[in-house]
Amino acid sequence: MSNKVKILINNMSVEIDNDLTILEAARLLNIDIPTFCHDDRLNPTGSCRMCVVEVEGARNLMTACSTKVRDGMVVRTNTKNVVETRKGILELMWANHPNECLVCEKSGECKLQDYSYQYNVNPDSIFKPLNSRDFIDNSNEFYTFDSRKCILCGKCVQICSELQMTSAIGFDERGIDTHIKIKQHDDSIDGVIDLYKCVSCGNCVNNCPVGALMPKTKDKYRNWEVDKIKTTCPYCGVGCQFNLVVKDNKVVRVEPVKGGTNDGLLCVKGSFGYKFINHPDRLKQPLIKKDGVFVESTWEEAMDLIVKKINETKAKHGPNAFSGLSSAKCTNEENYLMQKLVRAGFGTNNVDHCARLCHASTVAGLATTLGSGAMTNSISEIGGTDTFLVIGSNTTETHPVIGVMIKQRVKKGAKLIVADPRKIELANMANVHLQIKPGTNVALANGLMNVIYNEGLYDKEFINKNTNNLEDLLEVIKEYTPEKAAEICGVSKEDIVKAARLYASADRAAIYYAMGITQHSSGTNHVKSMANLALMTGNVGKESTGINPLRGQNNVQGACDMGALPDVLPGYQKVFDDAVAKKYEKAWGVSLSREVGHTLPIMMNEASSQDIKFMYIMGENPVVSDPDTNHIKKALTNLDFLVVQDIFLTQTAEFADVVLPAASYAEKDGTFTNTERRVQRIRKAVTIKGNARSDWEILSELLTRLGLEANYNNAEDIFKEMASLTPIYAGLDYDRIDDNGMQWPCPTSNHPGTKYLYKDGFTKLGKAIFTPIEHLGPQELPDSEYPLILTTGRTLYHFHTKTMTDRVEGLKATVPDNFIQVSPDTAKQYQLKHNEFITVSSRRGSSVAKVQITDTIDDGVVFMPFHFADGANMLTNPALDDICNIPEFKVCAVKVNKC
Amino acid sequence: MQIYRSHVLICGGTGCTSSKSLLIKDEMISELKRLGIHNEVQVVMTGCFGLCEQGPIMIVYPEGTFYSKVKISDVKRIAEEHLLKGRIVKDLLYYEALEDEIVKSVEEVDFYSKQMRIALSNCGVIDPENIDEYIAFDGYQALIKALTEMNPEQVIDELKISGLRGRGGAGFPTGLKWEFAASYKDDEKYVCCNADEGDPGAFMDRSILEGTPHSVLEAMTIAGYATGANKGYIYVRAEYPIAVSRLEIAIKQAKEYGLLGDNILDTGFDFDIEIRLGAGAFVCGEETALIESIEGKRGMPRTKPPFPAEKGIWGKPTLINNVETFANIPAIILKGGKWFSSIGIPDSKGTKVFALGGKITNTGLVEIPMGTTLRQVIYDIGGGCPDNKKFKAVQTGGPSGGCLTSEHLDTPIGYDNLVKLGSMMGSGGMIVMDEDNCMVDIARYFLDFTCDESCGKCTPCREGTKRLKELLDRICTGKGTLEDLSRLEELAYYIQDNSLCNLGQSAPNPVISTLKHFRDEYLAHVIDKKCPTGVCKDLLQYFITDRCLGCGSCARVCPKDCITPTGEIISEKTGKRRFVIDNSKCIKCGACIQACPPKVSAIVRQ
Repeated sequence: MSNKVKILINNMSVEIDNDLTILEAARLLNIDIPTFCHDDRLNPTGSCRMCVVEVEGARNLMTACSTKVRDGMVVRTNTKNVVETRKGILELMWANHPNECLVCEKSGECKLQDYSYQYNVNPDSIFKPLNSRDFIDNSNEFYTFDSRKCILCGKCVQICSELQMTSAIGFDERGIDTHIKIKQHDDSIDGVIDLYKCVSCGNCVNNCPVGALMPKTKDKYRNWEVDKIKTTCPYCGVGCQFNLVVKDNKVVRVEPVKGGTNDGLLCVKGSFGYKFINHPDRLKQPLIKKDGVFVESTWEEAMDLIVKKINETKAKHGPNAFSGLSSAKCTNEENYLMQKLVRAGFGTNNVDHCARLCHASTVAGLATTLGSGAMTNSISEIGGTDTFLVIGSNTTETHPVIGVMIKQRVKKGAKLIVADPRKIELANMANVHLQIKPGTNVALANGLMNVIYNEGLYDKEFINKNTNNLEDLLEVIKEYTPEKAAEICGVSKEDIVKAARLYASADRAAIYYAMGITQHSSGTNHVKSMANLALMTGNVGKESTGINPLRGQNNVQGACDMGALPDVLPGYQKVFDDAVAKKYEKAWGVSLSREVGHTLPIMMNEASSQDIKFMYIMGENPVVSDPDTNHIKKALTNLDFLVVQDIFLTQTAEFADVVLPAASYAEKDGTFTNTERRVQRIRKAVTIKGNARSDWEILSELLTRLGLEANYNNAEDIFKEMASLTPIYAGLDYDRIDDNGMQWPCPTSNHPGTKYLYKDGFTKLGKAIFTPIEHLGPQELPDSEYPLILTTGRTLYHFHTKTMTDRVEGLKATVPDNFIQVSPDTAKQYQLKHNEFITVSSRRGSSVAKVQITDTIDDGVVFMPFHFADGANMLTNPALDDICNIPEFKVCAVKVNKC
Repeated sequence: MQIYRSHVLICGGTGCTSSKSLLIKDEMISELKRLGIHNEVQVVMTGCFGLCEQGPIMIVYPEGTFYSKVKISDVKRIAEEHLLKGRIVKDLLYYEALEDEIVKSVEEVDFYSKQMRIALSNCGVIDPENIDEYIAFDGYQALIKALTEMNPEQVIDELKISGLRGRGGAGFPTGLKWEFAASYKDDEKYVCCNADEGDPGAFMDRSILEGTPHSVLEAMTIAGYATGANKGYIYVRAEYPIAVSRLEIAIKQAKEYGLLGDNILDTGFDFDIEIRLGAGAFVCGEETALIESIEGKRGMPRTKPPFPAEKGIWGKPTLINNVETFANIPAIILKGGKWFSSIGIPDSKGTKVFALGGKITNTGLVEIPMGTTLRQVIYDIGGGCPDNKKFKAVQTGGPSGGCLTSEHLDTPIGYDNLVKLGSMMGSGGMIVMDEDNCMVDIARYFLDFTCDESCGKCTPCREGTKRLKELLDRICTGKGTLEDLSRLEELAYYIQDNSLCNLGQSAPNPVISTLKHFRDEYLAHVIDKKCPTGVCKDLLQYFITDRCLGCGSCARVCPKDCITPTGEIISEKTGKRRFVIDNSKCIKCGACIQACPPKVSAIVRQ
């Protein structure tokens, strides 16, 4: 318990909590105390000694960063002794530091330089550099470590071990020979993964006080030459906040923002993945395909052609011959306009986007059981969770910063259950790792509930008050004894019992899941099983608990919220709800279809059968991202007319009749909604290259040309229109979200936003619903011809279809080739050698991949990333979930052959 | 129980073991068998006797006959003459044990008669690998008393009454430390024994662990009871294999006897002890660095507060005491705090073990009551400097301590007295220097050690000690200036004031204390460019005196060709000339001195 104490600093009095340090107290009084090793997020180490202050009664000077305040303490921060002591530290550091400020990139934001100036350090030390730290580590793709410039404050070591939790950085040697050493290379032996290898997150680089750790860049800049613009990361759904550092209209670096969603942490893509912005491959001019070849055109010409084709198609085939793919990479404003274009401009509800491929089952499964298809709780609540059940999510690679936060929490004592077919990084610190067979989540959940119910670990009060249908569920789960579940899942029954007890006996247990749950032909049921589990133990509607689907893309949550789905208008308002439709008809001045549109896979089928003639794709790449590539290629070929709007000429754009060059996230304003429903700003940092235009500008013009009202001056105007028609966003505006973003639902302008859902029960449905579910299993299982199970997923160093990451040198170099992970025994069985290229085939196609032998995967199961063109999705099974049409990406049968 | 008429005690400590004492023991056993008296004479391997200089040591009881420097070839004679026929083999006795043909027992020789043994009481007496022997010497009685007759508060009170202070260096009152540790409540708490003895030449803790490991286990268990901990760690250097193995044996035996583990002596109290091996970093003797190391991290000190009593191992309340501190505790519990506090002087109670080393006749381990003067330790027990050299200084407290001079010899040894003089008690290293030692070089030697052992965490210690050493190097090589001397002093105090842990804070002590007591030697180095003792080679100059006969032997061996004949003709008859050394080229290798015929001895160095 903290108490208030009164202390005196430089004769100024302050009353503060006694668990604060002198440094924190001084900051409250705006008294500057210099530091090198200090960071608010780290345990104080007192190692640099720069923050010393005089404390009355103390024998020596005290380090302000580590000394807690005491009642009546009298502190002086600027006495002669203090100043001389600090100067002494600087002189000792400087004496062993290269005199290279003249050419050092860090000049201007180097703490050693700044303090040396401030404290009048004599640059001519009688001591000469000892060259005791004399190496430069250039081996990382993204940054360099110059040991000569290092002052050994140890911040990088602590950040790597306490925040990033990788522990790849340490001290080596002793005394004056002490230096920082970074483990850059994988020392894995016989497929045993090396967990303590640098993951290039750059969090050390972003916090080095001197020029020792610096990003590799070809752009030369000094701190005083740049502008910094705060924005949101364009990669995964965590929604990390960072500054784009801009010199001469070019992004030269990314710098994380402390506080907020990511509290200063980033992953490798966030820190270093910005270089695609200036890549020469960027589309700069509209392209029209003439005689099979793309020819540059003017906007006028391209727009004329598109409008002409729209009118022709509409006249000839009616509105249902149209379809539009919106984009989880684009802003909310742009998604709003895209669905407006399809609904109001084309007259159909055939609009969808890649959420269909990742979390369609979440939206379907959670909306029907709880009321809303989103992460129930917030990222910051991870800090209060007692037990995590991470299932079907390789969090440290797919949502790295959330992964880090889970690791931090587990390190502090929370329990962790991991259910995943692979021994993912989190599994190494788990209390239980259930290495289940792909596609057996339902059996596992039923088995867990069987134990929970039979051992009386369920939350009776919560169930009675908040749920319906328990009896039906019990009827099913009673069959799933731990023995039976263990057999289906291929794990031990003891582990199931242990996991059930851990999950159910925690005060605050939270489920985190991703595509291991959703991407099955029975995906909706897998999601509902998660809901059953949480409801049975009362872990919904409470802080730090919940069911938390981790959304994959920066704005996949927002794209769904904006109604880029065939059944709902923005804010999940049903297209067939007449009142809703009328509201939009009034606003948009057109009549709207009440008929639910086609989902993405059905659109492709319809295109393939030539029932859909016209497709407009914004910022999506179905040729790589969708299952069964050959089928997608055929569908796109069969279209009458295809418009693709993107920043690069993607594999999909190759099939287009018109390609429109769009702006990247760094070149426009707008909002992204992250996985925790937080609506955050993106801000224009640089001007657009060539003749490209923001997606919202393109769409506005098209809407106008189609005779619809679209006089938007800026993104904010679109947001206002959207919010006025979307109850869950109604209370949001750019001013309110400016600083830290806000979480929907936020129905009114004085509503604070919603940290976690269902605090007041399941008002939308009355009561939450238990759904009895039987284990079904995947639609394609291994047989003698295709004897292996293929499962797919993301890797840390790439994103989605690599459109962006392939244009970032370091990322491309780190994972250059499509690969396939196999267990040592599987490798032996098929005589596969590490790093050799093999052919992997399924009933639908084949792909070439490099063999990675690893102990993280079960025998008989293989893993491939989904990022590569002509990769995993040549093989995957397009079998669909009946309810939500998500394809079964996660399981199909394959065979391997030597190339 | 078997009764023996004689007991042969052979030292099994590290020193004697390395001089083959274990083979001597085996040899003795087989000799006794050969003579058919193996049922009458028992051979016991014990811990260290302390007088390591004279090892391997063998004591024969009941007479207390003190054989020293025993060789394997001597065993046969001792067995046949002494053990079979009852005739003491006088020529194998420790030299002091034979005075005017009268044989003195081990207790009567000066080295032992002036000591008082509490921590070491079992060393050299019992077989450390046999719990029964420990029990026979009142072992585990203190634990029984504490668990069955005392509550934790009473145990702590007894310690407070005893006045025992930490024997590891800082001298914090042990009772108070236990009280702090007891006051923090948590689900888990720990007791930790710091056996990371790192001072060069010090081996107090090693000898205790080797000679009476159960004393430490017993005391740690009592500490667990008193502070509410159920788990103990002993952090011991991996370089102490004998100590580690004896601890392992002792832990196993104590568990078998129900004196350790679950439900000790049926009292419901559980206490377990685990051994953690240190890798030999000096800084791991610092308690927070030790904790980091126990947790599997690099041994680097943490900032204090919080002190380990509040947040120690795994962030839980932890009591850390040094080996010797623990070794005193069973006696205190058994005989009472009052008894203990009757020994010593007001601020320092009980006894202290010192490792005597350097220029001293009786190199070894001694335990003396606090208040004994340095003179008594160095001369009466230690036998003074060998070869009748003049005593110059004594360094107490190891590399972290300071030098004291002959004017301090009558100081009664105690924590506060030593600190007042600019040194410290430390863990008990006592290194004696004689007239041949250069005090600047001594300071440099100790600093070299701390420089190497600095963990590198804080700036003053990492960068500062290296610079301090650099300044000493300049002084020792004749490049130093008066300005360097004041820089040296300034930097020394800077490091002392601003380093993070005790290693850094005390690293400059040898510099500061030698500067204080031997400033003239520094000045000689700096102003006259001379090393008064001739230790600093770079300051030596070689001269050829007029004793030179002009033979030219020196010039022939000189590797730098810097010896040439002068114009001065020595002998008109032979025409030989006197030689001269060009000191600007001389590398001070000393080859010329060797080459000069002994009868002539014309070359001198100053």
